[in-house]
Amino acid sequence: MRKLAVAVVVLTGGLLLYAATDFAAWGDPESPASDSDVSKHFIAETGVDTEVPNMVTAVLADYRGFDTMFETVVIFIAGIAILAILKLTGKDATKTPGKRKDEVDDAPDLIVTHTVRLLVPIIQLFAFYVLAHGHVSPGGGFQGGVIMGASFILVALAWDLPRAMDRLSVDRAILLAGVGILIYAGIGLLAMFLGGEFLDYAELSTIFPVSREMARYHAMLGVEIGVAFTVTTVMFAIYASLSSKGRLEGGL
Amino acid sequence: MSGLELFNVFILVFLVVAAVIALRVKDLLIASVVFGIYSFLMCLLWAEMGAVDVAFTEAAVGAGVSAVFLIATVFNVKRDSSD
Amino acid sequence: MFGEDGGLLRELLVERFNYCIYVVLLLIGLYAMIAKNNLIKKLIGMSIFQTAIILFYVSLGVKEGASIPIYKPEHDPHGHHAEDHADHKPKDANASSSASADAHDDHHEVQALTDEQTRQYANPLPHVLMLTAIVVGVATLGVALAVVQRIYRAYGTIEEDEVMKAIMEESQGIPSTKGSPKSKKGASKKRKAKKA
Repeated sequence: MRKLAVAVVVLTGGLLLYAATDFAAWGDPESPASDSDVSKHFIAETGVDTEVPNMVTAVLADYRGFDTMFETVVIFIAGIAILAILKLTGKDATKTPGKRKDEVDDAPDLIVTHTVRLLVPIIQLFAFYVLAHGHVSPGGGFQGGVIMGASFILVALAWDLPRAMDRLSVDRAILLAGVGILIYAGIGLLAMFLGGEFLDYAELSTIFPVSREMARYHAMLGVEIGVAFTVTTVMFAIYASLSSKGRLEGGL
Repeated sequence: MSGLELFNVFILVFLVVAAVIALRVKDLLIASVVFGIYSFLMCLLWAEMGAVDVAFTEAAVGAGVSAVFLIATVFNVKRDSSD
Repeated sequence: MFGEDGGLLRELLVERFNYCIYVVLLLIGLYAMIAKNNLIKKLIGMSIFQTAIILFYVSLGVKEGASIPIYKPEHDPHGHHAEDHADHKPKDANASSSASADAHDDHHEVQALTDEQTRQYANPLPHVLMLTAIVVGVATLGVALAVVQRIYRAYGTIEEDEVMKAIMEESQGIPSTKGSPKSKKGASKKRKAKKA
């Protein structure tokens, strides 16, 4: 097996290195990837079309909105799949789980819990900042959602899982993940009902008192909030299942 | 070679070192932590290459959450690996 | 190409060091996925493979001397650019018809970037594709880790060869040692001792 692996690896490596000599020069603005009409259009027209200074956010949420919506659905499905895979069934479910030999019964550490108590509000505030400022600085729904989910994971790490689940139970997490996708798809459908195409946010200017460009700007914030809902809750649900072997109780 | 290029090469070399350590070490907890270091080096590299959004995501996801997922699993299965 | 004395090597190592390292990382990940016996090691290899691909894509988006893909104030419709136009607006308003009473009419003055200005920004498209790939990647890593935990619950081991052995024994009707991780652990230790 090992010899076969080495053979495959050497063959692939030789092929890839040979191909690497044919790539465009490093950092060449004329390279096919950077000189394509699509890329140039995104850089040149984003400011005109959407007034969003951060091109990555504009391309993510607007030009490639359909793609991002289904990426969000993939994350949602992954969350559900993990819960289903680790769910206890049959005699496993009735069996009371034995304590692991390395499991400690002590109260949570005082220093850790006090630090976390101070940190979590700041982390959550930062998550909102990242989400809301995704248009003008690096950030957006995915990053803000992950940071928000990490704050719940931090609570679960410092105390134990039930303490975090008091704030966000796994059932509610999955519900909110669905709500996130509904927000995203709802904005897209609203645009469709107003006469545009699916996710054509500019049409929202017919019911909101803003220009077509600003309608796209604000609708992007809306879909980013939807993404953040899904990512936050799914990250926490994944951690809750993985850390407790699907029991959804106890510490790590 | 300018300072930025030197920084680039430095990180690239350390990336390979971190990847090899993460895969060779027999303690899976150490492997998970070194994988977190690997992700953080990758994040620095992308920030240097101008992909700030990607770097931000990698810092939050790769170095933070995925390392936590790996450690949670290692604690629930076993810590030693045969290779 | 191969005839030049060290030309190929020089080109790869000096001018395309990023491409070189992406290949090396990809191979490390690929080797780990094939040859490593431990399932978690395989998953770490998978993640390294994935980041190598992302490194490749981000490398494609780099432009020499270019800025990050966020508009500089002078190109930003909300920055100085818009303010300049606000100053000029009275003249334009006189020139055009009364339809410019619409507060957002001045948006028509916002100009798309010229080719020269476009070159000042890194290519945002690879960044967008990879940003979602990272987040989806961690979700799929979570699924894979859940499967690993499920395998451990069923077979008491996460070593590939031991899992395969247990599956073979089950299929041949030999009563398996399912649900007794301790005996399996002992077996793994014995195997290690043999290796040593």
